[in-house]
Amino acid sequence: MIRFLYADSLTTHSRLAASMFQDRAKQFSERLGWEVSVNAAGEERDQYDALNPLYVIWQRPDGLHGGSMRFLPTTARCMTHEHFLHLSDGAPVQSPFVWECTRFCLSQNGGPQTAARLMLAGAALMEGQSLTHFLGVFDAPMERIYRQIGASPEILGSVGQGRSKTSLGLWSYTPAAKARLVQKAELSDAMMQHWYRRAFGAMPPPKSNAA
Amino acid sequence: MLEALEQASELSELQALSERLRDYFQVDHLVYHWVSGTGTQYGCGTYDPAWVELYIERDYLRIDPVVTGCFQRFHPVDWKMLDWSGKPAKAFQAEALAHGVGNQGFSVPIRGPSGQFALFTVSHHCDDATWASKVEAARRELILVGHYFNQKALEFEPDRAPEAARALSPREVDAMTFLAMGYSRAQVANTLSISEHTLRVYIESARFKLGAANTTHAVARALQHGLIIV
Repeated sequence: MIRFLYADSLTTHSRLAASMFQDRAKQFSERLGWEVSVNAAGEERDQYDALNPLYVIWQRPDGLHGGSMRFLPTTARCMTHEHFLHLSDGAPVQSPFVWECTRFCLSQNGGPQTAARLMLAGAALMEGQSLTHFLGVFDAPMERIYRQIGASPEILGSVGQGRSKTSLGLWSYTPAAKARLVQKAELSDAMMQHWYRRAFGAMPPPKSNAA
Repeated sequence: MLEALEQASELSELQALSERLRDYFQVDHLVYHWVSGTGTQYGCGTYDPAWVELYIERDYLRIDPVVTGCFQRFHPVDWKMLDWSGKPAKAFQAEALAHGVGNQGFSVPIRGPSGQFALFTVSHHCDDATWASKVEAARRELILVGHYFNQKALEFEPDRAPEAARALSPREVDAMTFLAMGYSRAQVANTLSISEHTLRVYIESARFKLGAANTTHAVARALQHGLIIV
């Protein structure tokens, strides 16, 4: 299932949390070779995990981590402002309606639908929280996944080449992209709404003319 | 309304503004409460002073599910989503109702610089359906006003560190410049080869950095600060 969990709620999901931070170590340290710190338990954590971010996690049927991403508001301290400012067109994007999304991670045992499931959860979050965009840091393979889904981000800046290319971009969902996600995720939108409501309460009713 | 907020130059004016904003949103109460990184508290709003006094005297900060549920988080919360089940929370709720706080509430948690944290809240007495439609109609505006209120309050903090000049990115400067030249949003988006949806981000980001209440004020401020030239 999809879980929307703040860091301070991870204590009640310790197996899930440990497997998430271990999968992050595998992806970012081992596979991508990023200079991230991995502790003795094989977990990758950084200073932004200490700011009580919101994690969106695909939890596999065995209770472990299948994939995840991490959100912080762009109006306060966040990773893109402090580490990717050089990709950010010279000045940070700051808006109550844009949240930063970082550490998009897929477990190697997560299943082929995981990326789409996370993206669909992101759509529910964006809609439910009245956001217009996510500000994200992603690598070349992720950029391809986004493009395939039809949710291509607007790239603000990139560094590196080929597989090690890292980009900063703004993304959003068109209705068509959301429909494709539902198909690829093999999950109904109603199911996603149910998981969203478990975490945040009722979704706002669809509106025609927002003030 | 937001113009008055923009022109506020003293904390006492925020108090008067909270009363006007309460009327604007047509709710029983509107409250702004901040806790700085060093633990300094400040609040203003329309609650009964007797309730505020009791709240401080009984140190309800430690019990209040709105504070404990929103602290360290950043998504706006309808009070119904909070945990009111504990005995102290129930007693607190009864006391709050007795002081006219209202049975409904919506709070926007805001993270500021250096560990500053604030809550912007509206509360009301009505049934669930009425409240849900009221909040949804005003949701975006409440989030915006809450952040804006916090920016104003931070400006008044006596010992605040001088803030680095709020730089606009080249894209934000472009957007503001074309708007100042009288371009419509569609024309700006076309000129910059981006969608109007993406343009919103640049306008909103510039507005936030300039501490302006709306796009018109953001353009005026950018001109005034020499950030754009037309």
